[in-house]
Amino acid sequence: MLGKGVGGGGGSKAPKPSFVSYVRPEEIHTNEKEVAEKEVTLHLLPGEQLLCEASTVLKCIQDDSGQHGICGKLVCTDFKIAFLGEESTLDDNEPQFKNKLIGENDITLHCVDQIYGVFDEKKKPLFGQLKKYPEKLIIHCKDLRVFHFCLRYTKEEEVKRIVSGIIHHTQAPKLLKRLFLFSYATAKQNSTATGPTHQTVMFDTIKDWHWELERTKGNIKYKAVSANEGYKVCEKLPAYFVVPVSLPEEDISCFQGRGIPIWCWSCHNGCALLKMSAFPKEQDESNLQIQKAFLDGIYKTIHNPPYETLKTEDLSNSFISLQEIQTSYSKFKQLFLIDNSSEFWDTDVKWFSLLESSNWLDIIRRCLKKAIEVIECLEVQNTNVLLIEENASDLCCIISSLVQVMMDPYCRTRFGFQSLIQKEWIMGGHCFLDRCNHLRQNDKEEVPVFLLFLDCVWQLVQQYPPAFEFTETYLTVLSDSLYIPIFSTFFFNSPYQKDANVHQRQLSLPLNPNKSSPKRGFFETDHLIKNLLGKRISKLINSSDELHDNFREFYDSWHSKIVDYHGLLLPHIEGPEIKVWAQRCLRWIPEAQILGGSPVAIMNKVLEMMEEVQSLQKKIDEKHNSLMAPPLDGLSLLRKPARLSSLFPFALLQRHSSKPVLPTNSWKTLGDEEDLAKQEDEFVDLGDV
Amino acid sequence: MEKSSSCESLGSQPAAARPPSVDSLSSASTSHSDHSAHIKSASVISSDSISTSADNFSPDLRVLRETNKLAEMEEPPLLPGENIKDMAKDVTYICPFTGAVRGTLTVTNYRLYFKSMERDPPFVLDASLGVISRVEKIGGASSRGENSYGLETVCKDIRNLRFAHKPEGRTRRSIFENLMKYAFPVSNNLPLFAFEYKEVFSENGWKLYDPLLEYRRQVLSWIHPESQATITRCSQPMVGVSGKRSKEDEKYLQAIMDSNAQSHKIFIFDARPSVNAVANKAKGGGYESEDAYQNAELVFLDIHNIHVMRESLRKLKEIVYPNIEETHWLSNLESTHWLEHIKLILAGALRIADKVESGKTSVVVHCSDGWDRTAQLTSLAMLMLDGYYRTIRGFEILVEKEWLSFGHRFQLRIGHGDKNHADADRSPVFLQFIDCVWQMTRQFPTAFEFNEYFLITILDHLYSCLFGTFLCSSEQQRGKENLLKRTVSLWSYINSQLEDFTNPLYVSYSNHVLYPVASMRHLELWVGYYIRWNPRMKPQEPIHSRYKELLAKRAELQKKVEELQREISSRSSSSSERAGSPAQCATPVQTVV
Repeated sequence: MLGKGVGGGGGSKAPKPSFVSYVRPEEIHTNEKEVAEKEVTLHLLPGEQLLCEASTVLKCIQDDSGQHGICGKLVCTDFKIAFLGEESTLDDNEPQFKNKLIGENDITLHCVDQIYGVFDEKKKPLFGQLKKYPEKLIIHCKDLRVFHFCLRYTKEEEVKRIVSGIIHHTQAPKLLKRLFLFSYATAKQNSTATGPTHQTVMFDTIKDWHWELERTKGNIKYKAVSANEGYKVCEKLPAYFVVPVSLPEEDISCFQGRGIPIWCWSCHNGCALLKMSAFPKEQDESNLQIQKAFLDGIYKTIHNPPYETLKTEDLSNSFISLQEIQTSYSKFKQLFLIDNSSEFWDTDVKWFSLLESSNWLDIIRRCLKKAIEVIECLEVQNTNVLLIEENASDLCCIISSLVQVMMDPYCRTRFGFQSLIQKEWIMGGHCFLDRCNHLRQNDKEEVPVFLLFLDCVWQLVQQYPPAFEFTETYLTVLSDSLYIPIFSTFFFNSPYQKDANVHQRQLSLPLNPNKSSPKRGFFETDHLIKNLLGKRISKLINSSDELHDNFREFYDSWHSKIVDYHGLLLPHIEGPEIKVWAQRCLRWIPEAQILGGSPVAIMNKVLEMMEEVQSLQKKIDEKHNSLMAPPLDGLSLLRKPARLSSLFPFALLQRHSSKPVLPTNSWKTLGDEEDLAKQEDEFVDLGDV
Repeated sequence: MEKSSSCESLGSQPAAARPPSVDSLSSASTSHSDHSAHIKSASVISSDSISTSADNFSPDLRVLRETNKLAEMEEPPLLPGENIKDMAKDVTYICPFTGAVRGTLTVTNYRLYFKSMERDPPFVLDASLGVISRVEKIGGASSRGENSYGLETVCKDIRNLRFAHKPEGRTRRSIFENLMKYAFPVSNNLPLFAFEYKEVFSENGWKLYDPLLEYRRQVLSWIHPESQATITRCSQPMVGVSGKRSKEDEKYLQAIMDSNAQSHKIFIFDARPSVNAVANKAKGGGYESEDAYQNAELVFLDIHNIHVMRESLRKLKEIVYPNIEETHWLSNLESTHWLEHIKLILAGALRIADKVESGKTSVVVHCSDGWDRTAQLTSLAMLMLDGYYRTIRGFEILVEKEWLSFGHRFQLRIGHGDKNHADADRSPVFLQFIDCVWQMTRQFPTAFEFNEYFLITILDHLYSCLFGTFLCSSEQQRGKENLLKRTVSLWSYINSQLEDFTNPLYVSYSNHVLYPVASMRHLELWVGYYIRWNPRMKPQEPIHSRYKELLAKRAELQKKVEELQREISSRSSSSSERAGSPAQCATPVQTVV
């Protein structure tokens, strides 16, 4: 990567000079003066504190004229890393939409993925205590931005302070109570009202569950229970949840909620989607017997009328492992964390095979496929489906929410989707804190499960945009908010943990952060089903061939009909139909910017038409004084549609002039076509080819 | 002949089943899905061309028709000038997606048509004979097993059609012979169907393009309206091993430079990889040496030759038809190099457009013979630079000018009606160009007046031989064949039903230069064309139809507003004084479609 030298190109070309050579120290001094005059001030949020800073830092930018530096100050607060410099924003380049919390040069501490230092043109990952300080700092972010900060002209003392400060505050393990959201909440406490009236259902009251049961007509066979009020049964489960009516409530407390079928959603035909957290692997024979007897009882209850036949789907053993997801995403994200132009074009030639070897798109396909299989059972075979997973809080969340997005049009509205996240992910006890590694306590637990879910939903949105109230931009912003420690939504492992920290004796409460996180890693697979239930369960599970045929028939027959955007929605899962979430992944890469094009052009055109339709409608409504009506103006929400690019609304135009980006590398080897390549277009007799 | 009772009951209500409506025909054509309206077959169906009158039948076929009512319902609709040459019942089409289906196979002088009433809606396969590149017999009379005796046709539009005949039915031989005769008329000294097609359209597409109006100099393609920088094309200059120089060529380049006041430099783009150009120099052709042409800079664009491209398309067909391997889709796609070729062609056109637009420099483009890669590059560069060519008519003119008038050898590259399927001169040069255009429409979804269906229709009729547009290999041959008088232009058909081909999202930024991103990250395989026969692939149209609804709503409201305004102004003028004339408050909303 950097070892090759910046702008190394495809080998045959002379290496372009690196960015530094464009700015000589003399120039920097003159720049410094200017910067001093119109220095950008640091905006601090309530409760935010400045920790360390360094001046005369160059932020390296790549644009049409090659690389150049912008001089400014690099600061680190307890919320973010920020670069304060004078950007050469053109008048027509002012963003019309911007993130209100995170500026273009802000990186929240939780958004930092990996930090590299450049020492003598060599790039090395930075961590811990440093003996030597780098001349350049490269920050890879979890939202796929890449920052280059040149420290060559910064005072040595300041370099030490800022580099070690950034490393410490982004990489050292942290206590939960040190999360910025607590300081923010304390500082904000007096100034905020009770918050906007939600239309998102939070599922933190029994009323919300009653409402959901009623909405899905699940209230005949299922009931909301308050057995876990005050988390007295289990700290993993929410205070309120739903179980089969015939389930004795005392069963819930037997094994802290394990082995209990918990209701997710009811289908129009009465069939329900259920989930269950399995028992941990048990060595003790007598305990095994007790658990077995318990489960037998449970299955007996839910196997009898009025309950439909039950199918179980063991996600711990017969589906993707969390480790696969982790490995795959770490390869996948590297494809977008691009340091310079030559790296972009070097990887472009083998793009498809790199993409395939990351396996990410295949994992998406498998999730979508699993969801369709579950839907087939619910919809066609009229069976209940029980998802089983060790804690019922990772793959269970993905599959159950995908099933609902595909089957329940309410989940495709904005509030419906948010309510779904609240129900399945927040109340479902997905360990956001651990899976996002917000506290940097265990890298092995970091798995982008929620991001995988969003990517699956994105596939549906891009295949059927009219079926969703929200756009891909909404999903992209949602994925970014995973790393913004202002909203508490994605910063706890369970509703218990959140309640314990937010509602009660807020900051003074001594916390044991491990208390509610799973004690064991996810790599130990759980053989519960095989061990405990043996043959009896396997009878319930269809043979895979039969399953496959049913799946194909269901899938093909659905796709041969006209799509009803308000009904069941099945994604296409063939190779060419599963795509890269380009908006999220390519939005910071200047080489990939389509100037004046991309889906944003469609959005702009549609918005324009909608506005016209609305204003025409208004004109008609006001027909009595229509002669006085002012002419329609400012029709477009977006002022200069031709200047929009595929990076909109996330990054500013990085290429100011409208010059094309030209690939710098040339052809790679053709392999067995080499012979053909040597021939001329003309006068060649190939005989029978 | 035996008749099953179900046939009779079906046959007793012929009126209900015939004539088939245009809709059911177009949607049923091999896609088997009702929501794929854009997958119309390569046939033109206008309501008055569907009549299947008895006059179109030879006497023995008339007998067959009268004795078999089922066969009658399984007959094709016919175009003016089209007649049935052969018909076989009880033929099984082995559909790779939905399985074997039994029905009637018909061969006319224009198409191969298969219809089965076994399925609901009836299964229809409709292909022009022009798409057939080869017909093979499979299995002998002694072949065992079901469906092992029959015919297989390999098509130019990325599909193969396989039919099984009953060995005892003796229908295969005659179908085979008729296919060999009418699918390859050129090899049999028969006229192509375009010369027999008698449809009359409201517009005459042959009048669209007037070369005298369009170009100023022999090979000048485009001139920049402000800088006067030009794009010029030629075949490779005659230089040769000895380095002999052509005084005429040199003077010509000097003249190009002189005519552009803003720049004294000229760029010569050679489409080939530099290695190949060096090799060609040894054969007498070659490339310009920079010292011979002062102020000229030579750039090689590394685009491979027609043989590499043909091989690449062959590999592509292998991975998309009939089945797609799910898990290795991406690496399989990469191994065909198809998108890599597309990327290099787009990148080459980008370099040319950039030199003309920002460098204000004139450019000369050439490759070995000047009619293949050169045409791709100049026409794409012009599409990037000039919004006129992004309109429907502008694009038609671009094809007429850069491809037809400048002599891309369609007959040689496509092999219309020629049975020599292994001819090394065949190559998907024009297909690649249309693919590049499609890639641009993907990246700039509102910048083109035409839609995907327009591009697919052009490609379908590139092969169909229904229209005279893509016949012959040069302007001279076209004149000799008198195509303008004897055939119909594709543009007549398209321009007579523009609505089908219009992009509802089109925004006319006529003076915007468009630079697509020539990166694999933004290139996609054109599923709607290459994988359109697979019913599992998603058609895009339904979304466009929603945009159309929105446009219709707007037009309706606009009309209402105008009416109301008229009413108000007439009222106000009758009450006098008011000076507001209707013209002044005319709605500023522009109608795009």
